[in-house]
Amino acid sequence: MKRPRPPTWLERQRYLLDFTLSSLGRRKGKNLALAALYTLVVFALASVLLYTQALRSEAMRILEGAPDLVVQRVVAGRHDLIPGDRVERLSKIRGVQEARGRLWGYYYDASARANLTFLVPDRFWGKPGEVVIGEGVARTRLAVPGEPFPVLAADGEVVVLKVRETIPSFSELVSSDLVLLSEPDFRRLFGIPPGLFTDIALTVPNGKEVSTVAAKIRGQMPDTRPITRAEITRTYEAILDWRSGLVVLVLAAALLSFGIVAWDKASGLSADERREIGVLKAIGWDTSEVLAMKVWEGAVISLSAFLAGLLLAYFHVFVTPAPLLAPVLKGWSTIYPEFRLTPVLNPFIVSTLFLLTVVPYTVATVVPAWRAATTDPDEVMRS
Amino acid sequence: MRKSDRFLLFLALMLALLEVARLHALHRGRDRAEEVLAMTAMARRLGLTDLSLFTDARYARHPSQADRFAPFQDHPTSLEHFPSGSLVPPPAP
Amino acid sequence: MIRLQDVRRVFHQGRPDELVAVDDVTLDIADARITVLRGPSGSGKTSLLALVGCMARPTSGRIHVGDREVTSLPEHFLTEVRRLTFGFVFQQFHLVRGLTALENVMLPAYPLGGSRKALVARAQALLDRFGVGARAHARADWLSGGEAQRVAIARALVNDPRVVVADEPTAHLDSKLSAGFMDLVAALRDEGRTVVMASHDAIVYDSPLVDHVVSMRDGRIVRGEP
Ligand SMILES: Nc1ncnc2c1ncn2[C@@H]1O[C@H](COP(=O)(O)OP(=O)(O)OP(=O)(O)O)[C@@H](O)[C@H]1O
Ligand SMILES: [Mg+2]
Repeated sequence: MKRPRPPTWLERQRYLLDFTLSSLGRRKGKNLALAALYTLVVFALASVLLYTQALRSEAMRILEGAPDLVVQRVVAGRHDLIPGDRVERLSKIRGVQEARGRLWGYYYDASARANLTFLVPDRFWGKPGEVVIGEGVARTRLAVPGEPFPVLAADGEVVVLKVRETIPSFSELVSSDLVLLSEPDFRRLFGIPPGLFTDIALTVPNGKEVSTVAAKIRGQMPDTRPITRAEITRTYEAILDWRSGLVVLVLAAALLSFGIVAWDKASGLSADERREIGVLKAIGWDTSEVLAMKVWEGAVISLSAFLAGLLLAYFHVFVTPAPLLAPVLKGWSTIYPEFRLTPVLNPFIVSTLFLLTVVPYTVATVVPAWRAATTDPDEVMRS
Repeated sequence: MRKSDRFLLFLALMLALLEVARLHALHRGRDRAEEVLAMTAMARRLGLTDLSLFTDARYARHPSQADRFAPFQDHPTSLEHFPSGSLVPPPAP
Repeated sequence: MIRLQDVRRVFHQGRPDELVAVDDVTLDIADARITVLRGPSGSGKTSLLALVGCMARPTSGRIHVGDREVTSLPEHFLTEVRRLTFGFVFQQFHLVRGLTALENVMLPAYPLGGSRKALVARAQALLDRFGVGARAHARADWLSGGEAQRVAIARALVNDPRVVVADEPTAHLDSKLSAGFMDLVAALRDEGRTVVMASHDAIVYDSPLVDHVVSMRDGRIVRGEP
């Protein structure tokens, strides 16, 4: 018996792939539709994953600048203004480098139907009577520097401020809805008497001391609630998880129905297919070759869909402003930041998606063929 | 061209595009690093605690700072007429 | 030479519906000869052919292909013997539908790797030889019965096997095509190939081209007319 040179792995796989492609080509329309549907599912899933990952990492980096500790006064379970003398007391606690009373609040602008955030910076660089506004505010109110900026004060009077400048738009992710103004204007607008603040921000240089300081504050001022930066970032993580979870939930229905279609398509081995495997075995294919061919059959569709879906999602999320996802985040807000995220394409996301998409489909293709592939080849000879 | 080669070429093309995306991510990351630093600095200067992502409900801009009394916000599944309100989970204990 | 010694093939052994399809067959199949198994339906021709072609293992007994004992070989090696030594022509031809005639002919060589160009040339040459070269790119399911059979023969030969096994090869052919088939088979023998066929078609077993006729009944070989 002559024994030819053993084939290289690649040579053999290319032949098996040739067969698979010819075989898939027989129901070209159906298989293309399946691949397209599959691509769409991967695209949706990948978009959500990429978007939330990027947003999360961006938020984490930005929030490194947030105060180490924020102290709120709570009256009967409600957030209340905090007296200025607490600033003095808090700054004396060991570990606290600086305490500063903050003034901020929300203002519902009925004409623009938007919630604006009014905030007094530590050292406001404008003159009293002037405001510095975020790009989003500028957009919704059509306000430009030099124009008047009328605001309805707490006493019902309209106070006309003047737009000094807008905050550079690259920072919209944090500044879109901001209206920065001077302390006297803020107190006048909202009727907050001098000596009271919204809350107090503390600087605690040593990160390890933050929780001790917080505990100390709770002991010394039982009517306050200290919020650490870790709690803030944790809230964010949770929000983004929750949010992506919600989208995934919505997608789950689509995912499930696709799963059923795919399973049915991949696993329902018809009599024809079973006979075909028998023929292949009878003319000299080994069980392992039949299975390898089936792996290719699953991989051709799922790998193509995976790569195409992932690339489309990357393009959607990081090259365009994610038009299909933004509404989920946006809710009903009329002020919405226009931002670009720092792209994240790490091996974790890629491999997660791969495991979620390529592996199950391929398995669903191979497993049902297993029985047919292991039966004796003489089965086909029975007529 | 042989069918398998056509497909392998297609795969190679997709992988090349993926590599382009990776490089794009790297490049953009470097480009944006400065802007992110500036935003961090702005957050520090202004004492910002939240992103301006959710501005539909008045308490939603600052989910980490929100008043506890805001109606229905304590539980994400509670009735809520602002979409993002329903997405903010209960404050961590 | 293929030798079968006391070969039995039992289906559903130990069950009430136990069936002895091949019963104590001892047979030598000579090289470069045409051997025909004849017998009524159900006499075990196909089952014996499957054993000869290493498609199945006998329940008991031994089979030698050349000087190699194949009954005890693990599946993987049996497959290798099958694909290098045997070419098969099935009763229903069993071409893979949707693939072209050319692709069908190439199929048995896929697991062997090697240059595709050479393989295409080889397959095309075989199709040409059997007069269906022009149909190389037609889909298998569009071929007529006679064409399909020629493609099936070409497929059986693509790995250049020493033995060609055919089960009821003329069942779907008219007399003229059947006679033509016998000429093809004779040509294969004249190239030095061994041909083993199962048939209850007189055109086959009464053909002067056949070297050896083995009659079967109830799984056994019978002397003289069955
Ligand atoms: N896989 C199997 N399982 C159970 N019984 C089988 C199997 N294969 C064949 N048989 C039985 O074995 C006996 C011999 O069958 P075989 O197909 O070898 O006969 P044959 O001579 O080829 O008949 P025909 O001329 O109709 O093709 C028949 O009774 C058949 O039903
Ligand atoms: Mg038969």
